[in-house]
Amino acid sequence: MSSSGEDRSKSEISFTVNGEQKTVLAFPMERLLDVLRLQLGLTGAKEGCGEGECGSCSLLMDGTLVNSCLVPALQAQGASIVTIEGLDASAGSQRLQEAFLECGGAQCGICTPGMILAASHLLNKNPRPTLEEIKEGLSGNLCRCTGYLQIFEAIATAAGRETAASS
Amino acid sequence: MRSDPKDYELVAPGSLQAAVGLLARSPGEWLPIAGGTDVMVQYAAGKLPSRKLVSIWNLAELRSIEVLANEIRLGAGCTYTNIREHGVIGREFPMLSSAARWTGGIANQNRGTLGGNIVNASPAADSLPALLAYDAELILISVRGERRLPYAGFHAGYKKTKLAPDELIRAVCLPRRFSGYVCHARKVGSRNAQAISKVCMAALGRVAGQTVEDVHIAVGSVAPVPLRLSETELMLRGKVINESLVSAAKKMAVAEIRPIDDIRSTAKYRAAVTGNLVAEFLNLLSADGKA
Ligand SMILES: Cc1cc2nc3c(=O)[nH]c(=O)nc-3n(C[C@H](O)[C@H](O)[C@H](O)COP(=O)(O)OP(=O)(O)OC[C@H]3O[C@@H](n4cnc5c(N)ncnc54)[C@H](O)[C@@H]3O)c2cc1C
Ligand code: FES
Ligand code: FES
Repeated sequence: MSSSGEDRSKSEISFTVNGEQKTVLAFPMERLLDVLRLQLGLTGAKEGCGEGECGSCSLLMDGTLVNSCLVPALQAQGASIVTIEGLDASAGSQRLQEAFLECGGAQCGICTPGMILAASHLLNKNPRPTLEEIKEGLSGNLCRCTGYLQIFEAIATAAGRETAASS
Repeated sequence: MRSDPKDYELVAPGSLQAAVGLLARSPGEWLPIAGGTDVMVQYAAGKLPSRKLVSIWNLAELRSIEVLANEIRLGAGCTYTNIREHGVIGREFPMLSSAARWTGGIANQNRGTLGGNIVNASPAADSLPALLAYDAELILISVRGERRLPYAGFHAGYKKTKLAPDELIRAVCLPRRFSGYVCHARKVGSRNAQAISKVCMAALGRVAGQTVEDVHIAVGSVAPVPLRLSETELMLRGKVINESLVSAAKKMAVAEIRPIDDIRSTAKYRAAVTGNLVAEFLNLLSADGKA
């Protein structure tokens, strides 16, 4: 839909997403969230608040958790991005997803991709978190359905199995 | 209303030198963006004053942490996560580590930078009282060279700073002379993550027996800029801590601040909390002297 005039102010921006090299043509100030959802069809990251408060747009950029609604596309140049779609296959993520199902950690599901990514980021840094550490790791991710306890329990459960599986 | 990305320019010069070079060509025209956790929120609300942005995110020159014999030089582009994970900062400047831990959620800490917190200049910013209490200094850089100035006084008024339009903050210097001090930092708000402070305080001090040898008290959210309570400090130095000194300090602290009523709290509540935090700190200091 964009005219050629608009295209001229767009930039080629390259990064890897879930291990695949991608080059997109985007306005440098486009939100990374929109580039992923609208251009690359990766709709796992959701838009909740659009201002950094809710964590539903979470993804991993160079291994760290970020809110993609606050990342201008140009700042993703050269980055390695992992979205919920790419996290799917790893064993740790399988354990997390199973634990979310068992403990009732997902209801409407809007917050869930962000919750799983935040949990996975936490467990990578701290494989055996206390309840306080789980709460802190997820404090930027809001959920309007579960009341959080089921989510905390799911993460503790997955962490327990993680430790069991690796020992 | 949300901003339209096609109306905005964003460039990433890739080095500190190139970034200050760009700022120098037309001072005031380009707005730096580091982690974007303040800038992108303004952008989302359609309230970003500038249409031209220059990315300084992840510039190596702004992201180093140098541990020198007498000070730590913390690159202005260091994130809260970088600060939290640094051992020497944790040991010698625990109030800065705590402030980093209280600043939004983890995703925000992975992107938000100390330089951004300083220049955004919110009176409620959480790391600024710690910088004041630790007598931090700033190194500013432009094509004209570097200059160094005390952080105290950097905020000239509400959301106004002494940064020239062609300058960036390069580093924050923390003098390594407070390791023997008693420190007390508190954030009073609805919750730590994702809640702006109603009052935040960072205080440090040293006693010999019950006599106050040195004391620094800094508070945020109680005036247009983060404040050092210098009159209260002056009054306390050399005095013996007892009940009447504590109540005099509370009164004096309340007289030094200029809190307002806003959506988060009231002036009355903020004044009461400031007084109580000062008292809480003096009681800790006194307990240390008895230990
Ligand atoms: C969800 C959420 C929660 C938050 N919670 C807190 C909180 O609890 N406590 C708190 O204090 N803050 C909080 N913030 C605010 C914000 O995260 C901090 O102020 C952060 O430190 C800003 O850093 P940044 O790198 O993201 O700044 P940016 O948004 O990139 O920039 C902010 C300003 O600083 C300027 N700037 C940045 N770096 C430099 C530099 N090196 N030299 C010169 N100018 C520079 C920019 O031009 C801009 O004017 C929160 C924000 C969000 C979105
Ligand atoms: S949509 Fe990004 S944090 Fe809410
Ligand atoms: S499951 Fe609905 S918001 Fe969390």
